[in-house]
Amino acid sequence: MNLLGKLDWNAIPFDQPIVMGAGGGVILAIVFVLSWVTLKGYVPYLWREWITSVDHKRIGVMYLVLALLMLLRGFSDAIMMRSQQAVAAGGAQGYLPPEHYDQIFSAHGTIMIFFVAMPLVIGLMNFAVPLQLGIRDVAFPTLNSVGLWLTASGILLTNVSLVIGEFARTGWMAYPPLSELQFSPGVGVDYYLWSLQISGIGTLLTGINFVTTILKARAPGMGYMRMPVFCWTALASNLMIVAVFPILTATLAMLLLDRYVGFHFFSLDAGGNVMMYVNLFWMWGHPEVYILVLPAFGIFSEVSATFSGKPLFGYRSMVAATMAICILSMMVWLHHFFTMGASASVNAFFGVASMIIGVPTGVKVFNWMFTMYGGRVRFEVPVLWTIGFMVTFVLGGLTGVLLAVPPVDWQVHNSLFLVAHFHHVIIPGVVFGAFAGYVYWFPKAFGFKLDETWGRRAFWCWFIGFHLAFMPLYVVGLMGMTRRLQHYDVLSWQPWLLVAEVGAVIVLAGIACQVIQLVVSIRNREKLRVGGDPWNGRTLEWATASPPPAWNFAVVPHVATLDAFWNAKRRAATGANQAAQARAYTPIEMPKNSPIGFVNAFFAVVTGFALIWHIWWMAGVGLLGAFAAFLVFAFRDEDEVEVPVEQIARFEQSHPAEVVL
Amino acid sequence: MRYLPITVVLIGAAMLGGCNGGVLDPHGPVAEAERQIMLNSTGIMLAIVIPTILATLGVAYWFRASNERARYLPDFDYSGRLEVLVWSIPLMTVLLLGGVTWVGSFDLDPPKAIAAAGKPVRVQVVALDWKWLFIYPDQGVASVNHLTVPVGTAISFELTSSGVMNSFFVPQLGGQIYTMAGMVTRLNLRADHVGTYRGISSNYSGAGFSDMHFNVDVIPEENFAQWLSATRNAGPVLDSQSYSELAKPSQAVAPFTYRALAPGLFNTILSAGSPYNPLCVSPARLTHSLRSEQ
Repeated sequence: MNLLGKLDWNAIPFDQPIVMGAGGGVILAIVFVLSWVTLKGYVPYLWREWITSVDHKRIGVMYLVLALLMLLRGFSDAIMMRSQQAVAAGGAQGYLPPEHYDQIFSAHGTIMIFFVAMPLVIGLMNFAVPLQLGIRDVAFPTLNSVGLWLTASGILLTNVSLVIGEFARTGWMAYPPLSELQFSPGVGVDYYLWSLQISGIGTLLTGINFVTTILKARAPGMGYMRMPVFCWTALASNLMIVAVFPILTATLAMLLLDRYVGFHFFSLDAGGNVMMYVNLFWMWGHPEVYILVLPAFGIFSEVSATFSGKPLFGYRSMVAATMAICILSMMVWLHHFFTMGASASVNAFFGVASMIIGVPTGVKVFNWMFTMYGGRVRFEVPVLWTIGFMVTFVLGGLTGVLLAVPPVDWQVHNSLFLVAHFHHVIIPGVVFGAFAGYVYWFPKAFGFKLDETWGRRAFWCWFIGFHLAFMPLYVVGLMGMTRRLQHYDVLSWQPWLLVAEVGAVIVLAGIACQVIQLVVSIRNREKLRVGGDPWNGRTLEWATASPPPAWNFAVVPHVATLDAFWNAKRRAATGANQAAQARAYTPIEMPKNSPIGFVNAFFAVVTGFALIWHIWWMAGVGLLGAFAAFLVFAFRDEDEVEVPVEQIARFEQSHPAEVVL
Repeated sequence: MRYLPITVVLIGAAMLGGCNGGVLDPHGPVAEAERQIMLNSTGIMLAIVIPTILATLGVAYWFRASNERARYLPDFDYSGRLEVLVWSIPLMTVLLLGGVTWVGSFDLDPPKAIAAAGKPVRVQVVALDWKWLFIYPDQGVASVNHLTVPVGTAISFELTSSGVMNSFFVPQLGGQIYTMAGMVTRLNLRADHVGTYRGISSNYSGAGFSDMHFNVDVIPEENFAQWLSATRNAGPVLDSQSYSELAKPSQAVAPFTYRALAPGLFNTILSAGSPYNPLCVSPARLTHSLRSEQ
């Protein structure tokens, strides 16, 4: 028996300069950061305050750091693809051979959906939901940390595939039979499968945690109809996570069984059926789109209300629309494969069902507009992202409804028209939403605002670059260009793809602006310092200090209305709520930090890596280690620490609340 | 802002002009009908979407904080009449589009036969790694990476794959359909003009995917007869042996033809477990294919 399974020196692609250069660069950067952290003596601080932290705010920030780092990776893949298609016309083969190009588009899709978009929205929900609910933490704080670190494990495994072995060459959906052992004998698909299985468990745990938190742990008095709308969208999103992530896990598990132990769920022989995979994948995949976009809709709702200085228009409509989307999104998966040859009635049913989602979505757009109507709209950076989203997203929605018409879909399915469409909804919808949330909640998280000038530059680069990059793809899609072509022989496509390349470069400039914005803001943080309520906010997160103490609220607020903080400020202005500043505090029990999330994630990486390379003894070690860690954690003596009254009083004295709730 | 609608129309026209060879340049009734549905649906939606975009920008601009003439309504958060409006606008649009969708899905259902003079030409399509095999069962010939059909005649396709899933697509003639191993999908098209049209695989299928395109030669009826007799006079025979040769993965294969066929080859391919073992028939797969045959 080979002790290292399938692993040997051939796994490292020494002959591919692009891969070695990229991998080498990443490894150097990691070594540099690690040695800098070690030399500066930050390791104990990081371990104590971040890695083992079960504080939802810190976990949220760490999710965002992961997402933004992975955005750089996913975007590098994107710009490589755009460059390849810009040059590989006529007889030219471009600079990426198929075996490399095919990995790049597979990795781009996988990373952008699972390791950028998901951590972005989960991070923002982690940070903001408990604060908005007026509580001190999520229902299961340690589980939250486990979820974060399992996501990080999936990310790590995916990136390891860059240097050791290969990533899948199947596209991010990994449709069988192409992803079966017969056609993909390498480790690429196994990297894909184990990364998603491990991070998928993390996502499911997060979903369970947030559903419980929102349903059971709101501040006293906060009935469902007093919940900020972002919390509603987070509830819908997490309900969908709980409903559909198990489908993904089960589907990928079936493919794993096919690949590892010779089952025949999706194989060509012995009764396997590829259509089952495609159906199951999209039963997860379509709700996934709304898992991502609903929280972003929530952010746009918060931003449009806050910066218009008035309540969200049609709150009840918004809630109804959100929950309608939550349910409808699970009934439309078949529109991803109208081209599979289902009967006319099946196609027609799913086509019409998909369009119906357009109704609540349209309602939302109109309500955001009426939220600004009669307001005093301050064009801060979050508002730019919001308006940019509104005017872009309706057109992306238009092409989406077009794709829901089966006869139209047959003509543009899998073409670059489709690629343009889903980027046209995901980038303005999810990415702009997440950036709006990032700028909006950044001062709450760190106590200082992000630099506005660089924020505006970033927005305009993204906005213009996005349109230049994706509008041409609609055109070449209509011209008959399908997706995932490594080279093509139709020269009339090339000018459009060159324009798209320019767009991608402008988006790159936008990302550069954001990096500069962060650096500039950190350097000028004293000038950008703000109090608890920098935007004249409406919801409870603005009632506490920036950054909030670990316990969020010294006294848990009692909520009597929607927009609780706004109304408290109003009452205070009329002198109706002049409670004494000297208040009686009680000691607060806070969950104790725990390394279990990190330790388990470490063993998850070991197990995943071992299974990918068929190193069976190591997989056993990983599983045993995880189980042992779990036992040690289960027998812990104490899981809470008490924050003494003096500490709370001291903090409250140095951060006097503007308004007492 | 006044010029926006005209700009949109002009840009649209420019784009249509630039779309020669694509789905906006149809040469058959199916592609034509599909384009019409696309344009109708786009028109219906633009009628809502463009005013929405303009209204959004207008409202945001007018109610900017620095505009002292704008009214400030800090408590304006509900209006029953507006609520009815915001729900009914998208609802009406979707009702209209839903009708278009429902009717279109039945009218253009890919297996539905197309009206045309004369008997339809049957073509059995097999997607291979990475080339296309076109079998003419009634004529007893076959071709690789090249499809020749008579103009104005209905073409009735039965499609399958030797292994990996692909999608058969001739944008100028009509919508695509997946090819899946062990299963038959059906598609009916008609070309109304003589010419050469590009056909592609529109579902990624691995390393040689980019070269999986072919030309469709639409020729007059009499030339089709000539092509058939020329084809019958030269080239290899397609039987199970030469099929297993052909089924081996290869890229950018130059088009060629087979002068004769082993009978029932398409059904053999259909019931085969894998391209590397073409004559191994699994009972489950056979029943499935028989079911699809009905």
